[in-house]
Amino acid sequence: MSEATHIHPEVAVSHDVHHGGDHGHHHQSFITKYIFSTDHKMIGKQFLITGIIWAIVGGLFSVLFRLQLGYPGQTFPILETFFGHYAEGGLIKPEFYYALVTMHGTILVFFVLTAGLSGTFANLLIPLQVGARDMASPFLNMLSYWFFFLAGIVMLSSMFVQTGPASGGWTMYPPLSALHQAGDGSKIGADLWLVSMALFIVSSLMGGLNYISTILNMRTKGMSMTRLPLPIWALFFTAVLGVLSFPVLLSGAILLLFDRNLGTSFYLSDIVVNGEVLPNEGGSAILYQHLFWFLGHPEVYIILLPAMGMVSEILSVNSRKPIFGYMAMLGSLFAIAILAFLVWAHHMFVTGLNPFLGSVFVLLTLLIAVPSAIKVFNWLTTLWRGNIRFTPATLFAIGFVSLFISGGLTGIFLGNSTIDIHLHDTMFVVAHFHIVMGVASMFGMHAGIYHWFPKMYGRYLNSTLGYLHFWVTIVGAYLIFWPMHYQGLAGIPRRYLDKSSWLSFNEFGDLDKMITIVSIVVFAAQLMFVFNFFYSIFKGRKVTNPNPWGANTLEWSTPINPGHGNWEGEIPEVHRWAYDYGKDGREFIPQTEPIGANESKH
Amino acid sequence: MQTFFIVLILGLGFLITFQIAKASEYVGIMRGEEKSKKQTNKINAFLLLVFLIGGMIGVYYCNERLKDKILGAPASDHGVYIDTMLYITIAITGVVFFITQVILFWFSFKYQESDKRKAYYYPHNNKLELIWTVIPAIALTVLVGFGIFYWFKITGEAPKNAMVVEITGSQFKWEFRYPGKDKILGKKYFKQIDDAANNQLGQLWDDPANHDDIYITGEPMHLVVNRPVKLVIGAKDVIHDVGLAHFRMKMDAVPGTPTTMWFTPTKTTKQMREETNNPAFMFEISCDQMCGRGHFGMRGEIIVENQEEYDAWILSKKPKYFSVFPDRDPANQKADTTKPAAAPVARN
Repeated sequence: MSEATHIHPEVAVSHDVHHGGDHGHHHQSFITKYIFSTDHKMIGKQFLITGIIWAIVGGLFSVLFRLQLGYPGQTFPILETFFGHYAEGGLIKPEFYYALVTMHGTILVFFVLTAGLSGTFANLLIPLQVGARDMASPFLNMLSYWFFFLAGIVMLSSMFVQTGPASGGWTMYPPLSALHQAGDGSKIGADLWLVSMALFIVSSLMGGLNYISTILNMRTKGMSMTRLPLPIWALFFTAVLGVLSFPVLLSGAILLLFDRNLGTSFYLSDIVVNGEVLPNEGGSAILYQHLFWFLGHPEVYIILLPAMGMVSEILSVNSRKPIFGYMAMLGSLFAIAILAFLVWAHHMFVTGLNPFLGSVFVLLTLLIAVPSAIKVFNWLTTLWRGNIRFTPATLFAIGFVSLFISGGLTGIFLGNSTIDIHLHDTMFVVAHFHIVMGVASMFGMHAGIYHWFPKMYGRYLNSTLGYLHFWVTIVGAYLIFWPMHYQGLAGIPRRYLDKSSWLSFNEFGDLDKMITIVSIVVFAAQLMFVFNFFYSIFKGRKVTNPNPWGANTLEWSTPINPGHGNWEGEIPEVHRWAYDYGKDGREFIPQTEPIGANESKH
Repeated sequence: MQTFFIVLILGLGFLITFQIAKASEYVGIMRGEEKSKKQTNKINAFLLLVFLIGGMIGVYYCNERLKDKILGAPASDHGVYIDTMLYITIAITGVVFFITQVILFWFSFKYQESDKRKAYYYPHNNKLELIWTVIPAIALTVLVGFGIFYWFKITGEAPKNAMVVEITGSQFKWEFRYPGKDKILGKKYFKQIDDAANNQLGQLWDDPANHDDIYITGEPMHLVVNRPVKLVIGAKDVIHDVGLAHFRMKMDAVPGTPTTMWFTPTKTTKQMREETNNPAFMFEISCDQMCGRGHFGMRGEIIVENQEEYDAWILSKKPKYFSVFPDRDPANQKADTTKPAAAPVARN
């Protein structure tokens, strides 16, 4: 007590001295600094580390179900040790398989690539790159992380209940997910899934509103909207998408909870399950799909846009050239964000949707290819006549572009309803969205981590391990998902854990084995990255140059280890856009440098 | 024990990789950071080129290995449309894929960091950007045009002479119903579904259209070659999906909302057996929508045959009505007709 009173006047004094300037010298306990932190950088790290832990869990699950796909019917005694009656005798039972698949999807889509990706980089980059001391509402920001944490706890707990977690697929279509009688995964696990999702949505809304208000209101002097670095624009559109579409999923989830527990019939009609006639009439199972995909499709872009933004930045910095067509990049982000809301029914071409409506969605869906093509060509032109430094971040950014091209082009197959009739719900879909959304965004995330790790921790990641990580992952990703398209062309449905009883689908045994082995190798490479990450936080090579990549953006004008408040003294003023690389013979010109008298215009 | 060794080996591999990585970092610093950076830059640029060439060979090899394992020529008229559309799309996207990937990796290799070159300040060029907005837009217009043209052909009304077959999914089996001589499927109501009363589909027996309907389960659906068929699709419990890979057709089975699809099978099962050189060949019905623990085994079969074979098969089947009410079966004319029928209450 006496200590506290002793310290207090000092704090007050330091406030008077650095009035309006330094916020970094508050005395912080372990709890306020590392746990209930309101510093956007710490919250970003919390999102990142939680995301990494979830990624390990989700990735491990995929290895486990790949074991079943590669070696159907084979026993793995070690599984019984860990999973008990789910893997009796080491055999992966169907319930277990479907639980793994469902959890893999849910975890990776929501916890890793939504919270882990935009949670991390929106928190880290927005205040640093727009020139603000913190988010518009640091407290709400802290709550956003803790609601995410809570959502994770609820999801995790569902894995420990007797009947297991939700297992109706990450889309959780009713009636399967609504009827307790339809399977183990539709019992308490499904309720926990829905509750967890509701908490997650609350978290992402609080985060999103914060990101939007910070970007709109808290830019530093001179930072007009068209001088914003592209990651900020991407994160801005991401937040807008999330704020407008997540509430729709919330309503869908709540109606499903009602149907499950309160006897309502929003999604249920004419159902006889296991010989039991249910009283529900008048509901529509398809309604849920509309609500789900009204979020679900923008969700794809919520995952992809931050990666696009960071890749634009990283490619520009490391090819020592301005991003080509800044306004076109911005316009295409905007077009993608708008179109993201107008294409959801392309997931529903074969649900009995009115064919005319289907054709409208074909048109709108394929329209997205135009802004996507613009982005790709602009990235290619950014590389053209550059002077490219291949940091691990650059390699991951180049890998992102390659994967985005491959996966984007297969989207043109699926978005065309005629072809979708054959390919819908086959392995082709699995291959497509893993490449374009899963692996590509993961590459964007890795690129971001390698690039901004020095800003986060004041140390470098080991780059030799980084190169190894990149090469194993890109080769592995293509080996896993490229041949998978052929399985889809052969009509093999998704979520088939054993194809031996089928005449048409049992030709791919060797391929499945190969994919399983490669996925284990790729998973091991990710573990190596995780090790590198945690090792480097404490033991990595120290950063000595506050601007190690020679970049223009504001985050590199902060001290190497910025405190809460980011800049000591005044927030710098901005005089130019973020991409003056190679201009007038100078390698880079930071945003803070005033326009010179003889400087050429662009 | 085996698992233990695998874990041990993996752990050791990790450790060794990490030590090498750490050492190489130190060596790099000792040899001079700039010099070692230049060297890794060269290596990675070269590897990107290797990846491009290796990748292209891989794409070719993968196609050679796997192209014969996919389904072969479609067995329905709609399947031909869908495959045509598929090939158009493969052609257009294939060209784009090849060009953009080559440019991406070639530029990466060619413009690797060098002391001799200065990056070229090139922030935008409206003409170029216009060109690569318009070209994709034109290519996509072609794809959308063809796509919608075929889509309306496939999803349009079924021809008048189409035969009608009802298919109902439930965890984890398929049941079929043929409309009988009147060509009309009788009314049904889900609350009448009762396996004990031998009414698996909930048919309403006071609808005369039901009296000649034939119920089939546990054996293949029979279709007539070159005769359009309209499937009326339903589900009892959760959403299923009627997937017909060889016909390239697919439609969800949604409880409470009947759906339909139609197509014309163009090859008999016998023909397919000859073409594929596989005497066991069968057209399969796969469930393509996650429906629970038995989803992966929810299999049905279809036999496509000529009209005579089909007529002989359908004649051997008795309407369901007569097995529920044996006394009304003309074959049992002498049965007691005074006994009140245990007909379920009808709904209007």
